[in-house]
Amino acid sequence: MVQTHAYNYRDNTSLYLVSGALVFFLSLALLIARYAADQAMEVQSWTFIGLAMAFLLGTIFWASNNADRNPFDEAEYEDTIVKWGVIASVFWGLAGLLVGLIIALQLTFPNIFYFPELGWTNFGRLRPLHTSAVIFAFGGNVLIATSFYVVQRTCRTRLAGGMWPWFVFWGYQIFIVLAATGYLVGVTQSKEYAEPEWYVDWWLTLVWVGYLLVFLGTLWKRKEPHIYVANWFYLSFIVTIAMLHIVNNLSVPVSLTGSKSVQVFAGVQDAMTQWWYGHNAVGFFLTTGFLAIMYYFIPKRVNRPVYSYRLSIVHFWSLIFIYIWAGPHHLHYTALPQWAQTLGMAFSIMLWMPSWGGMINGVMTLSGAWDKLRTDPVVRMMVVSLAFYGMATFEGPLMSVRAVNALSHYTEWGIGHVHSGALGWVGYISFGALYCLAPWLWKRKDLYSNNLVEWHFWISTVGILFYMISMWFAGITEGLMWRAYNEFGFLEYSFVETVEAKHISYMIRALGGGLYFIGAVIMAYNLCRTALGHGEARDEVSATPQNDIHSTLQPAE
Amino acid sequence: MYEVLSSFAQTGGLIYFVVMFGCALAYALWPSNKSKFDDAAQLPLSDKGPHHD
Ligand code: HEM
Ligand code: HEM
Repeated sequence: MVQTHAYNYRDNTSLYLVSGALVFFLSLALLIARYAADQAMEVQSWTFIGLAMAFLLGTIFWASNNADRNPFDEAEYEDTIVKWGVIASVFWGLAGLLVGLIIALQLTFPNIFYFPELGWTNFGRLRPLHTSAVIFAFGGNVLIATSFYVVQRTCRTRLAGGMWPWFVFWGYQIFIVLAATGYLVGVTQSKEYAEPEWYVDWWLTLVWVGYLLVFLGTLWKRKEPHIYVANWFYLSFIVTIAMLHIVNNLSVPVSLTGSKSVQVFAGVQDAMTQWWYGHNAVGFFLTTGFLAIMYYFIPKRVNRPVYSYRLSIVHFWSLIFIYIWAGPHHLHYTALPQWAQTLGMAFSIMLWMPSWGGMINGVMTLSGAWDKLRTDPVVRMMVVSLAFYGMATFEGPLMSVRAVNALSHYTEWGIGHVHSGALGWVGYISFGALYCLAPWLWKRKDLYSNNLVEWHFWISTVGILFYMISMWFAGITEGLMWRAYNEFGFLEYSFVETVEAKHISYMIRALGGGLYFIGAVIMAYNLCRTALGHGEARDEVSATPQNDIHSTLQPAE
Repeated sequence: MYEVLSSFAQTGGLIYFVVMFGCALAYALWPSNKSKFDDAAQLPLSDKGPHHD
């Protein structure tokens, strides 16, 4: 149990260091704003100044209000930051899905959604806003929040670094806002999933190194002899993303006060670096990070240890070794040497096995508690996320076969594949974790309403099915149309005919996206009411309530 | 030069990864590690606060 100490020594070093770092970067930003070489850089500098100022003042205000207690008390877990992480995840999730819906509508009805006088509403600017918002803002916040929660519980120690975790959290939000507003004013280095320009890249590097050190520091001072497997997955996510981010963003700024930079790599080397990055962003951001969630939240929620701990170790190492080599499957039929393409393809096919091994490990954790699929919609959501994971990781190896890729590449099939992973796997496992975290963190007996979780689940699931089926259909249709020849050896269809053929599919996709968005709004409402302690969440409980609520639902024990 | 590098990457890589994977497998399946893993698997289930002295 948590002891409270009447007095314990408060170490302010990290507070001063973080404030000092902020003051330093604020001065730098002021200089850049003053001498900005282009207007975009000026806007970005002032945005940074505004946000960093707010962070600094907030820190000072908070520290002076807490003068009489130790906010870094080792006898308590740092849960406030996880609460903020939950809030940020929900906020960015809604924003990212909404932008997804808007661009889906833009593709469906290009004339209605065309505003030539408002450059920032252009599809080309909103699309990276969508991808960054859902992957980095939503997914990233879910991963930071859950990793901070999990590493503390499984190491039985408070987060290391005092104020530094807060630097990581708010620094990451600043990164998101800079990237997002940058896209809207037209700043981009045109690398997919790595659009932000050099100065935002540098800022993220700093924040990410902070994240790594906080995580390592916490592992270092752990009070348990073992490092639980979820932490291995989180650590691989943090380390690999650092490596990918740095290498893929190697660039030389045109001017130290300007927003443009020039890439160090060129031609096929640049393409290979980009897709080594791109694929491993899938592998280590959208996969290992969320597998860490699976390895903690599913056992915790059903109150059973993971099905096979040994399998989890094999799962971990085989994913780590194989994923890194699969990138070339994004570059079939390009200037990349054929052997490298074949290598990427072979490793992609090998990936199928560990992926499914991991999925089975997660699902089988429920053995003996299968009734929870029926009684607990949160468990169902997480298990269905594994089913989608299985689907995406079966489809992926298939698409990486060169002959199949010849049909699927550039088509909506790819978009369907992405979103079965994104909506089904990343989305659902995250929603599951958020539904777990809200009552645990705000010390409520249960969620505000489990019925609303049912509604969320079914509405979103129908949405995903609409999205995926329409995109498969559109993708295979257009792929076949592109390669159809008539008897004279000419292309059977003009390009615009292949676009027209997708119109109905686009409408169904937008409908599916709309349903998915509504589901997420329902979740946001439910989580708010849970935090406020309404409905079934009314009674407060002292410890993590998991065992108390569900001990009555344990038939096999 | 290109041939040398690519054959090194291909053959060397293959051997390296098979050996590494073998080590990971041996570690996971080594009988005496079993009790360690059984303990570790219980970690998420306990609800204790931070251990503090
Ligand atoms: C309301 C739900 C969503 C809708 C309606 C939606 C819609 C879209 C649309 C219209 C595109 C552009 C497709 C194209 O250019 O042809 C797109 C791309 C993308 N979306 Fe979503 N999206 C949604 C949710 C998500 C989520 C939750 C994620 C990730 C966690 C995600 C990740 C992506 C990625 C990675 C791409 C780029 C795909 C590529 O370049 O191949 N989306 N989305
Ligand atoms: C064994 C696992 C997987 C393999 C082998 C795989 C393979 C592939 C292949 C072959 C492509 C098409 C490349 C192209 O034609 O341009 C692709 C695209 C993509 N996949 Fe997967 N996939 C896997 C799992 C996943 C999962 C679980 C997710 C999401 C959570 C995901 C997200 C994506 C994204 C975002 C793209 C689009 C990249 C782009 O912008 O072009 N993949 N994947």
